[in-house]
Amino acid sequence: MKSDIILSGVGGQGIISIAAAIGEAALINDLHMKQAEVHGMSQRGGAVQSTLRVSSKPIASDLIAYGAADMILSVEPMESLRYLNYLKPEGWLITNAVPFVNIDDYPNIETIYAEIRKIKNHVIIDADEIAGKVATKRASNMVMLGAATLFIDIPLESVKEGIRQIFGKKGEAMTQSNIDAMLAGREAAELYMKQNR
Amino acid sequence: MLGDEAIAQAGLDAGISGMYAYPGTPSTEIMEYIQHSKQAKENKVHAKWSTNEKTSMESALGMSYAGKRALCAMKHVGLNVAADAFINAAITGVNGGLIVISADDPSMHSSQNEQDNRFYGKFAQIPILEPTNQQEAYDMIHYGFELSEEFKVPVLMRITTRLAHSRAGIETRSPRPQNQLVLPKDPMQFILLPSIARKNYRTLLGNFRSFVDASEESDFNQFIDGPDKSLGIITCGIAYNYLVENYEDQNVPYPVLKVGQYPLPRKLIEKMMNTCKEVLVIEDGYPMVEEMLKGYLGKENIRGRLDGSLPRDGELNPNLVLAAIKKEKFEIEPIPSTVANRLPAMCKGCGHIDAYLALNEALLEHGKGRVFADIGCYTLGAYEPYQAISTCVDMGASITMAKGAADAGLVPAVAVIGDSTFTHSGITGLIDAVIGKSPITIVISDNYTTGMTGGQDSAALGRIEQICEGVGVDPAHIKIFHPTPAHHDEMVALLKEELAYDGVSVIIPRRQCVQTMKDKDLAIKVKELGLNNRK
Ligand SMILES: Cc1ncc(C[n+]2csc(CCOP(=O)(O)OP(=O)(O)O)c2C)c(N)n1
Repeated sequence: MKSDIILSGVGGQGIISIAAAIGEAALINDLHMKQAEVHGMSQRGGAVQSTLRVSSKPIASDLIAYGAADMILSVEPMESLRYLNYLKPEGWLITNAVPFVNIDDYPNIETIYAEIRKIKNHVIIDADEIAGKVATKRASNMVMLGAATLFIDIPLESVKEGIRQIFGKKGEAMTQSNIDAMLAGREAAELYMKQNR
Repeated sequence: MLGDEAIAQAGLDAGISGMYAYPGTPSTEIMEYIQHSKQAKENKVHAKWSTNEKTSMESALGMSYAGKRALCAMKHVGLNVAADAFINAAITGVNGGLIVISADDPSMHSSQNEQDNRFYGKFAQIPILEPTNQQEAYDMIHYGFELSEEFKVPVLMRITTRLAHSRAGIETRSPRPQNQLVLPKDPMQFILLPSIARKNYRTLLGNFRSFVDASEESDFNQFIDGPDKSLGIITCGIAYNYLVENYEDQNVPYPVLKVGQYPLPRKLIEKMMNTCKEVLVIEDGYPMVEEMLKGYLGKENIRGRLDGSLPRDGELNPNLVLAAIKKEKFEIEPIPSTVANRLPAMCKGCGHIDAYLALNEALLEHGKGRVFADIGCYTLGAYEPYQAISTCVDMGASITMAKGAADAGLVPAVAVIGDSTFTHSGITGLIDAVIGKSPITIVISDNYTTGMTGGQDSAALGRIEQICEGVGVDPAHIKIFHPTPAHHDEMVALLKEELAYDGVSVIIPRRQCVQTMKDKDLAIKVKELGLNNRK
């Protein structure tokens, strides 16, 4: 198997936790993994991007080539488009529908949705609302992780285990609510796929 | 582990007695890892932040003098600050092993330039290690210490952002005990009086041949043969990954020389030049190796960044490398035009914002172009809606540039500097200003932390006024402020007053960084110092 994923969002939205959970899940399955993070300057409310590569074969580059990503997974809709030139023609774009508006010239959200819908394989879900229902809004990143699991060839159980490993220190309740959020995201993506076929 | 963490763990496993550093992206996590490591605590490994890169380099050299292994890390521009100590450490040589890590930042993800510090290693004429991946980074630290102790020289390890901040699984080794405290055999070794320095320098020059031999034999330099000799490819460090990424099962059809240790392995280079028609050099950073092989007259069969096969600046990637091999141009596809820029910004509720709002208003009557800023979160005051500053050059340059501009007649001139930057390299400039009686207003925006790099300790904590007084600023012109919207008018009035003063004044807007509110250790220190009690 091989999954090259670009994660995107705004500094502070928790894309590193998504990467860490998938990364742990990959290691449980003895897969190779490389994950590039963003630190420093760009974290201050700016656009952030991280790459995650998982494969059954050794991985060379920390960076994913342009036009080679299997998936863009974004916790913010405009940010999902910022790295579009990395996506393969048949790759998946999976994004949260809720904009994070911290700039004056944030574009009309409908034009953003329209751009996203131009992509053949896409999923848009309201991760904030879903997270709010089953856990807390803060867990919207785990909702997006759940949506992505539909398209990554790693057993769901290992993803749960991955979440346990990164949130374990924060207690059982926190861990469970993140797992719930993840499962709800997966369900929402399934529903989206059915409705938009 | 992150590349940075792999280096830190390797240091601990190789038996370092101390780690010295000043924060700087992308090197910061090396020290942070050691600070949080149980192994480091149990073995009493020194792991406190230094005030700047020069003090860190010198402390590391001192530890080496005492016979122990030391690690020193900094971002690339930090080595400019530490350069005096670094270059001279090559002349003194070491006693215990010493490795200096330079974390370079091609494409300037969070830096003001993309200087390639392999040049510093070459300049100092010492061995350089440049890992391809996180595992090599780990292994190279072990090897580097052996090399350093064998030849009694410091060793430079050059990494880049991509390696530092990318995670991979690491196989570690069992820890080696720390060195015993032992003085240098030659009691004169570290005294660089001309007569001794000349002798030491000749020893260093004499060792160069051995450094090359070590490179020839090193596992980190590999000649990997390929059937198609129309092209040979030399990769430096991480560039190797961008090459093999393009081939199924990493099988490159051309001969490849994978370089991870310098000085360059001469025989392997000759082998490549003799068997291949053309040679493509792929290196992240400056075209250092390419330039060496091309020579002054520019041998035509050497390709790389200089002949346009690869872009002259910026970080490499697999697409650019493939295009260079195929002699094609690679153009990045544009992204949808609806996507707006989202630049980094100061946090909501940040004290720097209130300081700038007041400063902007106080300066209205004088006009724009008078604020000399420095490096830190407050540099983001350059963007809208503040547009509050005119310069940001290198750490410490605010006070000194304001002084120079005031000397030229730009009065009033204002310097804006953060607390950590002030102790890093603002103090010496302040002394210049005091001695010159310069008519400048210095705003030291104190948030109790080194904010931009993630909230590390600030050496300035609780001692800024004392330092200013100590170097001779008139206490009547040192004013402290609590920057909040409620105090806006008061601050404006006070700034105006000091702008009118014909001499050095220091204004300290003081409020804790909102990102550090959960830091318990800091909370205790702030309370002990009574910082929040004063207005
Ligand atoms: C020579 C050098 N070392 C380190 C850095 C990395 N760096 C950039 S800003 C900064 C810290 C600034 O801290 P402070 O002055 O307290 O301002 P704050 O970010 O907290 O507002 C550091 C360490 C650098 N740019 N140059």
